[in-house]
Amino acid sequence: MPPVTDSPLPTYRLTEEQVLLRDAVRTLADERVAPRAAEIDKTGEFPEDLRQLLAAQDILALPFPEESGGLGGDLLTVCLAVEQLSRACATTGLILAVQELASLPLLIAGTNEQKDRFIPKLASGEQLIAFALTEAEAGSDVAAIRTTATRDGDDYVINGSKRFISHGSVADLITVFAATDADAETPRRDRLSCFIVEVPTPGFAVTRIEHKMGMRGSPTAELAFDGVRVPAANRIGDEGAGFGLAMKTFDRSRPGIAAQAVGIAQGALEVATAYAHDRKQFGKRIGDLQMVGAMLADMDAATEAARQLLYKACVEIEAGAPDASRWSAMCKLVAGDAAMRVTTDAVQVLGGYGYIDEFPVERMMRDAKLTQLYEGTQQIQRLVIARALLGKDT
Amino acid sequence: MRIVVLVKPVPDPASAGERLGPDGRLDRAAAPAVVNGNDEYVLEAALKLIEAAGEGEITLLSMAPTNAPETLRKALAMGATRAVHVTDPALAGSDHVSTAKVLAEALGTLEFDMVFAGIDSSDGVGGVVPAGVAAHLGLPYLSYAAKIEPDMAGRTVRVRRISATGYDVLEAPLPVVIGGTQALGEPRYPSLKGIMAARNKEIVTKSLGDLGLDAAGLGGAVATTAVLDSRQPPARAATEVVRGTPAEGAARIVDFLAERRLI
Repeated sequence: MPPVTDSPLPTYRLTEEQVLLRDAVRTLADERVAPRAAEIDKTGEFPEDLRQLLAAQDILALPFPEESGGLGGDLLTVCLAVEQLSRACATTGLILAVQELASLPLLIAGTNEQKDRFIPKLASGEQLIAFALTEAEAGSDVAAIRTTATRDGDDYVINGSKRFISHGSVADLITVFAATDADAETPRRDRLSCFIVEVPTPGFAVTRIEHKMGMRGSPTAELAFDGVRVPAANRIGDEGAGFGLAMKTFDRSRPGIAAQAVGIAQGALEVATAYAHDRKQFGKRIGDLQMVGAMLADMDAATEAARQLLYKACVEIEAGAPDASRWSAMCKLVAGDAAMRVTTDAVQVLGGYGYIDEFPVERMMRDAKLTQLYEGTQQIQRLVIARALLGKDT
Repeated sequence: MRIVVLVKPVPDPASAGERLGPDGRLDRAAAPAVVNGNDEYVLEAALKLIEAAGEGEITLLSMAPTNAPETLRKALAMGATRAVHVTDPALAGSDHVSTAKVLAEALGTLEFDMVFAGIDSSDGVGGVVPAGVAAHLGLPYLSYAAKIEPDMAGRTVRVRRISATGYDVLEAPLPVVIGGTQALGEPRYPSLKGIMAARNKEIVTKSLGDLGLDAAGLGGAVATTAVLDSRQPPARAATEVVRGTPAEGAARIVDFLAERRLI
């Protein structure tokens, strides 16, 4: 069944509230986040000071409902904030993006009791939450997850390990996906369940922190679960509903990564434009040389196209569009590729200066690459879109 | 604890938005307005006092053109309770004399324990309005406060004023007018919740008529100052920086002055 192309929401406008929030985050990003970006990348240290700043300014409250201490921001509003933060520092934008991603299973399928228990401290930023789905042998192939959660009385006992978990070493809560059904007859996709594990807890350990190409201030951890007990009251959704919950989560979280990518691209574009404006060669500013001007034009167009697709996708997903997965995959695909292209060209515009760490574009290029890899590789995004176009093979 | 904070929207100094119109008056439409720097510092001081006391209200008072509410919302977002906005076409081009009179009259309609004001504004740089307001109201004026310590039970307030040798302590009975500067400490960024709450906070608009003031003795028509001319400062000529030991430096300076027949 072809997707609906005649959307009932053909256009959107940012509300006054969204403009106010976006501008407030932009000011904060320019004045308090940007000056720290280079140092964060150099030291690879998690910016605890900026996490506190985001908490104090209620930015971490954006994704959560008002009745639990959040700001009740819709998907577009959260993405506006991620974009502005990422313009200054991708690591800092990721703090908000991961807080949203890892909370989504709770927000989508949690009981009122679970929401009352966990959301207030997440909204206040007092606690961070991480999303533990990926394993060494289960990246794109989510259903191949091998971590198990075995029922024992009122608890489940979790055994296994997770890899490449953003914020895994700084989070207080871990949203873990594990197999609760060991029956060989059960289809792979129906074996998984979702739990919130409160850490530290006996049997839980951070066994490794990766040294990454970019987003170096964001700790990416390997987590070991050795007989970790979690109360059944911490299971989110029904047994066996984990895979579907993860997919529903991605429908709302992929735009967050798209927002990060758009922000990174915009930051790189601004640096390249300023440089092309000031740098003179052959008696004129290099921006006036056609090959450089053409690059900047393509960078601007690519960034704006990615941005508009993102905003539109957010509005569609929030409105409950039946093809939310298609919108989510498209905006992440386009934005990730745009960010990689724009940052690479930004380094090119700056020439030799683009290659040294005196200028931020080499960092932005390293940061951009991850947006093509995580939260579903670009190849997975294409699978999702193709499936939406073609429908199931009957 | 009731504090009134005088607030002036000014052209954003960071965006170099100070432009004079053809009449020699500041073109307030040339750049978006922000809250005057010193006003933010005293507002922050007021917010800290309210928070420490666990009770209190902050009313912003501003005499400004009709588009002031947009700027006042920024100050409300920091945590002030409400705002009073005095605006009247007759007030365009007001000097500090008119401004002090109007603000004093507006303060007469409000209940307060303290009035906080920035020592001066970044566009006018007069530095006299807070004193003028205090004089009109017959209130003590404690200027250049670097620290403000009210004693509500005793109905007094102490301020510290930084001096060349340390600081002076001034004390006065409430109510008072206090003038402050950046010595009071960095103002907070409005939180997102503050920004959302500010949209629903009250801004009361008052005209000269509402205050019972006659436009005749106020505004640009009776201004006691006038801008005669304005010029860009001359471009700086290349400067020579003299480095080296004091003896080498002295020799070079003497040569420099001698070359120009100044000595």
